[in-house]
Amino acid sequence: MAQPISTVKGFAVTFKQIFKKPITQQYPEYKRPVYPRFRGRHRLWRHENGLEKCVGCSLCAAACPADCIRVVPAENTPDNRVSAGERYARIYEINMSRCIFCGYCELACPFDAITLGNDYEISEYNRDDQIYTKDMLLAEPIKRVPVADPDLYDTPIPFYKARS
Amino acid sequence: MHHHEPWWIAIIEALIIVNVLLGLFAYLTLIERKVMGRMQLRYGPNRAGPFGLLQPIADLVKLVRKEAFAPSSAIEAPYIIAPIISAFTALAAFSVIPFGPGWTVNGWYINGEVADVSIGLILIFALGGVGIYGFIVGGWASESKFSILGTMRTCAQLVSYEVSLALSVLGVVILGRSLNLPDIIHRQGEFLPFVVPQFVGMLIFFIGGTAETSRAPFDLPEAEQELVAGYHTEYSGMRWGLFQMAEYVNLITLSGLMVTLFFSGWHGPWHLGPIWFVLKLLAVLFVFIWMRTTLPRLRYDQLMRLGWKVLLPVATINAVITALCVVAF
Repeated sequence: MAQPISTVKGFAVTFKQIFKKPITQQYPEYKRPVYPRFRGRHRLWRHENGLEKCVGCSLCAAACPADCIRVVPAENTPDNRVSAGERYARIYEINMSRCIFCGYCELACPFDAITLGNDYEISEYNRDDQIYTKDMLLAEPIKRVPVADPDLYDTPIPFYKARS
Repeated sequence: MHHHEPWWIAIIEALIIVNVLLGLFAYLTLIERKVMGRMQLRYGPNRAGPFGLLQPIADLVKLVRKEAFAPSSAIEAPYIIAPIISAFTALAAFSVIPFGPGWTVNGWYINGEVADVSIGLILIFALGGVGIYGFIVGGWASESKFSILGTMRTCAQLVSYEVSLALSVLGVVILGRSLNLPDIIHRQGEFLPFVVPQFVGMLIFFIGGTAETSRAPFDLPEAEQELVAGYHTEYSGMRWGLFQMAEYVNLITLSGLMVTLFFSGWHGPWHLGPIWFVLKLLAVLFVFIWMRTTLPRLRYDQLMRLGWKVLLPVATINAVITALCVVAF
């Protein structure tokens, strides 16, 4: 052994650590705030007048590298007006077990109808439960995660600022 | 002065000791993870039960319920027997370690160890040698390249270090004038703990023992950060658990042997007997865990050089000098 003194010093270092407080963050009890631009569970949005922003153009599905979005559009009619545009998404499904949370869908969307929220606690016991329907995506997320202060942690570039 | 205990007391004693040993093994894994965690500024397991105290039970349930997967090309009988050999020899070796002075209860004599063997020290080394067969057979019967490579690595290391390990206790045998472990302890009680005259021997025994139980920094057989695993690559479930058990029980036996040979076993102030043995055992085990967190793993050539060019000559010289001193005085 080339460096016996350093070896002994190493033992002293590890022994001293025992008396320090561990720096572990105990997850389910303590949830570390995510950054404002953290990409988590998706969210579909409505206009103030209640109409859906999504017009069923399927650009998000085209942009999706994981191919996890399924959009089936239908025509708006005067007595069934769902979205602000000509058509609306009759079926809008995201397969969360395939999604890689890249955020290309929100970049592709021309109407800001879909954004990625901050929620990451989306595990399920059943794979079928991982397919999120339009109603689920339009509703407020059930679980809420703490988000770090946007004034401190958000990006300075206006285009990329977190929308929430 | 050797008493004889009736056979039925020996059986009861053996049953108790085996279960205590297995319990100690289970909680040693927890202690190790806890101590290592604290040394790395983590908590270690703390979810199963209060302070994670049920973690070993959870691990056991997980291992037992897990599918015991076997490769289709594995050679059935030796593949299944190999972990049993390792676990059996590991448990059997502990039987000669004395944990107390021996007691007389209601006229029945109870031994301070499970088996009072006059060549206990040799028996431990012999069982350790047989235990290696478990690793060889297991790796070979898996019919896998990685397993056979791991087996070769393990065996080369164990064979190299067994030489200096056996030589390092020669000084103790010369001073204790016996291969019987209770006799060696009695001798230390009259004289003084052999760690004082045999400090070099103790160091060699400690280093060689670390390599022999393939623990860090000599854990090349299963360097988990670099390799898949060693000889037990193709093992899963409780068969893997038996190998793991053998490794930990070997560590406990080795620590017990170290306490016996160098730290005067159950001797101590106020005649606490087994309590002293357990305390000393835990202290030695703590040093093993401590070393695991501290020292980085050796390279293979460093391992071989340390074993053959450093430990073996030093152990030989130590034995020769001890013999000369005993003859001279």
